[in-house]
Amino acid sequence: MKKLLNILAVMIAALMFMSTGSFAKEVKVGVVWPMTGPIASFGQMAWKGAQIAQAMAPKTKDGATIKLILLDNKGDKVETANAVSRLITKNHVKAIIGAIASGNTLAAAPIAEKNHIPLLSSSATNPLVTKGKEYVSRVCFIDPFQGTVAAKYAINNLHAKTAAIVVDIAQDYSVGLAKFFVESFKKMGGKIVAKTFVQTGDQDFSAQISAIKAKNPDLIYMPTYYQEAALFARQARQFGLNQVIMGGDGLESDALLKVGGKAVEGVTFTTHYDPKATASKVGKEFLKKFKAKYKVDPDAMAALGADAYLVMVNAINRAGGSNASSEAINKAIRSTKNFHGITGVLTLVNGDAVKSAVVRKVKDGKFVYVTTVNP
Amino acid sequence: MKRNQILTIGSIVLLFLFIGYANGHLNAYYIRILNNTAIFLMFAASYNLINGVTGQFSLEPNGFAAIGAYTAAILTLTPAQKEAMFIITPMVPWLQHIHMSFFPALIVAGIVTAMVGFILGFPVFRVRGDYLAIVTLGFGLTIRVVSNNTMSITNGPLGLKGIANYTNLWWSWGFAIAAMIVIMRLINSEFGRAMKAIRDDEDAAIAMGINTFKIKMIAFVTSAFFEGIAGGLLAHLITTISPTLFTFFLTFNLLIIIVIGGLGSMTGTAIATVLVVWGSEWLRIVEQPMHIFSLTIPGIPGMRMVIFSILLIIIMIFAREGIMGQKEFSWDSLFKLFKTKKVANK
Amino acid sequence: MNLTIVLQQLFNGLALGSLYGLIAIGYTMVYGVIRLINFAHGDIMMVGTYVAILSGSALFLPWWAAFIFTILATALVGVLIDKVAYKPLRNASRISSLITAIGVSFFLENLFLVIFGGVPKAFPVPAVFSGVLHEGGVILPVISIFVPLVALVFLAILMYILRNTKYGIAMRALSLDMETTRLMGANVDAIISFVFAIGSALAAAGGIFWALKYPSINPLMGIMPGLKAFAAAVLGGIGSVPGAALGGFIIGIIEVLAVAIFPPLAGYKDAFAFLLLIFVLLFKPTGIMGEDLERGRF
Repeated sequence: MKKLLNILAVMIAALMFMSTGSFAKEVKVGVVWPMTGPIASFGQMAWKGAQIAQAMAPKTKDGATIKLILLDNKGDKVETANAVSRLITKNHVKAIIGAIASGNTLAAAPIAEKNHIPLLSSSATNPLVTKGKEYVSRVCFIDPFQGTVAAKYAINNLHAKTAAIVVDIAQDYSVGLAKFFVESFKKMGGKIVAKTFVQTGDQDFSAQISAIKAKNPDLIYMPTYYQEAALFARQARQFGLNQVIMGGDGLESDALLKVGGKAVEGVTFTTHYDPKATASKVGKEFLKKFKAKYKVDPDAMAALGADAYLVMVNAINRAGGSNASSEAINKAIRSTKNFHGITGVLTLVNGDAVKSAVVRKVKDGKFVYVTTVNP
Repeated sequence: MKRNQILTIGSIVLLFLFIGYANGHLNAYYIRILNNTAIFLMFAASYNLINGVTGQFSLEPNGFAAIGAYTAAILTLTPAQKEAMFIITPMVPWLQHIHMSFFPALIVAGIVTAMVGFILGFPVFRVRGDYLAIVTLGFGLTIRVVSNNTMSITNGPLGLKGIANYTNLWWSWGFAIAAMIVIMRLINSEFGRAMKAIRDDEDAAIAMGINTFKIKMIAFVTSAFFEGIAGGLLAHLITTISPTLFTFFLTFNLLIIIVIGGLGSMTGTAIATVLVVWGSEWLRIVEQPMHIFSLTIPGIPGMRMVIFSILLIIIMIFAREGIMGQKEFSWDSLFKLFKTKKVANK
Repeated sequence: MNLTIVLQQLFNGLALGSLYGLIAIGYTMVYGVIRLINFAHGDIMMVGTYVAILSGSALFLPWWAAFIFTILATALVGVLIDKVAYKPLRNASRISSLITAIGVSFFLENLFLVIFGGVPKAFPVPAVFSGVLHEGGVILPVISIFVPLVALVFLAILMYILRNTKYGIAMRALSLDMETTRLMGANVDAIISFVFAIGSALAAAGGIFWALKYPSINPLMGIMPGLKAFAAAVLGGIGSVPGAALGGFIIGIIEVLAVAIFPPLAGYKDAFAFLLLIFVLLFKPTGIMGEDLERGRF
C-alpha cells in the first residue's frame, strides 16, 4: 500500500512539473470538440482546420504564442460541461472554441456565461445557441438561413413544386432545419406532399421509401446526417425513387460518398464552404497548406474550425494582445465586422455570423461547387 | 451502540463542514465533480438496493433518470421559457403553465418516477433472472424512444434548454445523504431482511411466507423515487437535457460502480462512486498527449471506456465481491481492526 | 394501400426479419446450452463485418474467400471470448456471467471505436449482390432474396448438426444437465467451445449479410440488431433454434409493416421489439416454440 502511495505521489509530482511548462509568453485558448463518439469525424476535421490556421497565425500581435488546449467531449453534454469547467478553472484559459453540435454548445453556455469566458462555436447552427447569451458566439450561419437557402434553390434552380421531407427525429439539427425549409418552401409556393421520419442509426428505410414513392414528389429534402442519407439514397435508387435528394451541411462527409457510391450522385446540399468559392488570400493560403499536410481538400468543418481560430486571434489582437482580458476578447469577438475568413466574409450580429452559404452537389463521386447564396 | 451513532452523526457533520468550505474555496471544476459524485452516489445507492440487496438484476436506471430529469425540468422552467423553446410542436397547455420552485419540483419528480416504477413493477416482476434484465433494459430504451417522439411534452430531440442551475453542493449532498440514510434504514428493517432473503434464495423466501412480490416492489419503488430525484438534480446541474443523455451508457456507469463497491453494500457503493467519478476524470490523462521529459506519448481518445470495461470484466472474474462484498462498513469493525493491530504490535 | 405495396412491404419485412433471425439463432444456441445471455453477440457480429473489410483490403482476398475467412476468424474470436471472460465464471451465479457479458460488449464497442474511430466505413458490395429484380410491380433487390435463403440454409445445417451428429447430441445433453453430461465422459469444455464457435460464426454470417444490405458499418452497429435478435429469440422460445428464426421473421415484418401502415409510428420502431417481448413474457413466457424450460431444447 505504502509503495503504491509513493508511486502515486511521484506521478502527481511529475504531472505538476509538466503543467508548469515553459516560461515563454503565451495565451491559452481552450478547444472542446468531439474526438470520439458518434460525431467524432466532425470534431477531427475541425481540429485539423484549426491546426492549419494556427500554423498560419501562431502568435498575437505582441508576439505571444497562442496555446490551444484540446479536450474531447465525446459529443456528450455532461462531458462538454465538465471539459469547459476544467478548461476555465484548471487551465485558466482566456477563451474557448467549441463545441461542434448545438446541443453540446448549449450545455457549455451557462458555464461560459457564469465565468465571463467567451465561447466561440465553429458549427452550432441552431438559433437557440446564442439567444439571450452575452458570451456565446459562432462563426457559422444559423439554420433558418440554411433552410431558406435550400428552399430558394429547390424552387428557383431545381424547379421543384412538390417535396417530400425526411426528418431524423433524434436530431434537433434535423428537426429544426426541416421546419425552416418547410416554412420557406411553402411561402414560396411549394407543396409538401409527404413527411416521413427516421431515427439516427436506422438502416432500413424501405417503409419510408415506399410511402414517398406513392406520392411522387419533385424533390426529397432530407436534412439528416450523412450516414442515414447515404443508406437512404442507396435503397431509394434500388426502389426506383430517383428524384433529387437535398439536405443540409450534415451531409458533407467523405463517408457519404464512400457508403453511398453511385446512389448519391446528384445529392445536393447547402453548406458553409467550398474550396472553389475561395477568393480571399487567406483562404487560398489555407487551402494550399491544408492540402499539403493532409492530402485532401478541407471540408466545411475544417474551414469553420479554422475560421473559429482566426476570428479568435483577430479578436485577441483587437482587444490589446496577450494581456487582453476575457471580457475584452469577448467584446472584440462580438464586434467582428467584415472579417475575411476561410468561409467568406463574416460579420457578427448578436453573436451570430451573417455570411453567405454555398450549394454543393455530388458529381462523379466528388463534391462539386454549384453556387453561392448571399444573405 | 450510542458511540456508533455519535460517530456516524459526527462524520456527516464533518462532511457538511467540508461542503461549506468547498463551496467557498474550491474552484468551479472541483465543485462540479463533487456535485457529480453526490448525484452518482444517489443513483448508484438506489440501483444497488434493487440489484445488490434484493438481488433483482435489472437495467433500468437510465429510464428512471430520464423521467425524473424531465419532470423536474418541466416543472421549474417558466411558462415563457417553455413557449420560446417548443418551436416545432407547442407544449400541451396544462404542462406549459405549470411552474414550481426547485424543492417541490424534485419531490414531484421522485413521486412521478416512483409511480412509473410501481406500474412497471407489475409486468417485470412476473419474470426472474436474465429475463428481468432484458425487460428492464427494454424499458430504458423505450423511455428514450418515447421522449424522442412525444414532442408536445418533452420537446423531442431538441430537449429542454436553459434549465436554471439550481443544483449546488448543499442540494446534491443533502439529498444524497438523505437517500443513503433512508436506504440504510430500510435495509436494516424487517423489509430489508426480507429483501436479502429473496436475494439469497427466492424459493426459500416464498416458502417462509414472504410476499416476495410486495418486497421487490418496495425496493423497486424506493429505488425509482431516489433515481427520479437524482435525475432532477442532474438536469439542474447541466441545465440542458435531451433524450441522448439517458442512454444505456448511464446505466453501464452505475453498474460498474455497484460492482466495484460490492453488490449489496451501500458503504461499498459510496467508496466506489468516489473512485469511479474521480478516476474517470483522472484518467483523462490517458487521452491527452503526455510529455514525460523529452518523450511525447500521443493520447488515445476513447481509451477511458476501454479501461473501464476491462476493469469490469477483471473484477467479475477475480474479485466478484468488489470492495465490500455484501458487508457494510461499521465502526465496530474499524475499532476491532485497530485493536488487533495494537495487539499485534505488542 | 394496394396489393403490390402490401407484397412489397411484406417482402421488405421478410428480408429484414431473416437478418434478425440469423443473429437470433446464434443467441439462442449459446443461451440454450449454458444459459448465458451473450450480451456481446451483436458486437461479435460487428467484429465480423470489420474482419470482412480487412480481409478484403489488407489480405486482398476475393469476396467469397474473405467471407469464409471472416466466418472462421469470428468463430475463433467467439471461442476466445468464452475462454477468457465466461469460462472462469461457469460455476458463478448467472448474474455474474451476465455482468461480464455486458463488460465484454462495452469492451468490444470501445476497442473498435479507439482503433477504427466512430466514422462509418463503407462495406464493398460485390456485383453479384447489388442487382435489382422487378416482378409484377414489386421490386426485389437481389440481396434481399439472398438473405432469407441463406438464413434457411444455415437453419437446415444447424438442425442437422443438432439432431444427427455426436456433437449435436452432446450439446442437447449439456443443455439439460451439465454435470451429468460431464460424468458420462463428454468433454464439456470442448462442446461449449463448439457452441460459441457456431454461435459466433452465425453472428459473422449475419453481420456480412447485414453489411451487404446496409453497407455502412461502425463500431456501434451491433447494439440494436443484437437487442432485437434477443427479443426474437425469446419470442420464438429461447433455446429453440427454429423458434429464433421464426421470432426474427415476425419482428422484422412487424417493424416494416407498422411503419408502412402508420407512418407517424416510425419514431417508435425501436420500441416495438421490446413491447412485443414484454407481452410475450407476460402471457406465454416460454415463447412460441419454446417448450417447458425444464424439458428438452432445440
